[in-house]
Amino acid sequence: MSIYLKLIWAYLKIGLFGFGGGYAMLSLIQREVVDSGWISGTTFTDIVAISQMTPGPIGINSATYIGYVVTGSVWGSLLATVTVVLPPFVLVLYASHFIRRHKDSAIIKGVFMGLRPVVVGLIASAALLLMNSDNFGAATTECIKSIAICVASFCVVYFTRIHPIFIIIAAGIIGAIIY
Amino acid sequence: MMNNLYISLFLAFFKIGAFTFGGGWAMISIIEREIVEKHKWISKADFLDLLAVAQAMPGILAVNISVVIGDNLRGLRGSIVSALGTILPSFVMILCIAIFLTPDDIKNNELISSIFKGIRPAVVALIVAPVLTTARAAKINWKTVWIPIVTALLIYSKLPFISNPITFIILGALGGYIYYIKRVNGAIHAGKEVEK
Repeated sequence: MSIYLKLIWAYLKIGLFGFGGGYAMLSLIQREVVDSGWISGTTFTDIVAISQMTPGPIGINSATYIGYVVTGSVWGSLLATVTVVLPPFVLVLYASHFIRRHKDSAIIKGVFMGLRPVVVGLIASAALLLMNSDNFGAATTECIKSIAICVASFCVVYFTRIHPIFIIIAAGIIGAIIY
Repeated sequence: MMNNLYISLFLAFFKIGAFTFGGGWAMISIIEREIVEKHKWISKADFLDLLAVAQAMPGILAVNISVVIGDNLRGLRGSIVSALGTILPSFVMILCIAIFLTPDDIKNNELISSIFKGIRPAVVALIVAPVLTTARAAKINWKTVWIPIVTALLIYSKLPFISNPITFIILGALGGYIYYIKRVNGAIHAGKEVEK
């Protein structure tokens, strides 16, 4: 089987079974690309690090990077990215249309009434899971600085109308100064 | 006028894709600010429903959100334009990195690594903020506040199966449906009693 077909198959699976956003998808990506022997575990960690350092969804970043590394060609990147996006794209469109057509049905109304508080919980869990030493640092002083940045960022985003993008830029500048 | 909306959709999601660190959840603050508050394309309540659809489907959350919002505004073409806007910045940037920069180059650069030490806790704050804004939009009260708390803690626990977000999406959907049907039936019975 050609490497391109293998790439399509792997990212088809990642796209179709990756529930719960980027971080939840990581273990799935790891299983497909590391356990199949395409890249080493260290390279995978490096890709995750790059994905965290560069903007954009981690699923897209990993598909683009691994597609290039595995095939040595831009086409590999393009193929992996399109494959990971397309099947969910179709599913999301269908779901969205179905829901709009039956917007006033008891099923849709009830289902969304139950889902709303759950979605709030899902976002909270993503925040909780990120409050770790990877993001806040292991050393005490770094951790205190990180908490200060986190609390200040929260206050700015929650109480002012300053665009979050400026908070990220400001936090980057602060990081460059204090570390 | 219509062309303008396609272009502003593309630009809005391009901006979102180009400035979001830390994955889909961190994007919610930025998407909410751009789509709900700045452009007023959809209401906060609708945004939460679209978020639930995007979350319930597999795939990359950020792309899914852009697809449902684009589709909501301008159908298939709108969703394609929004998805491209979200994908293109990271695709181009990562491709350049894959071609020109090795992971070691970035990790060993002191300036870049200290910049990112500052950015990471800010990203966490960007995810905490929408917890509170969506809680308000979802009209969470003292009767329902246990649902997001239990959901968050059980997912955080990383226990097998029950820490899976899909479990809570299914439970929430089922629970909401059953509650709604019961309430509607109750209202019908109450109405009949009044008629008598």
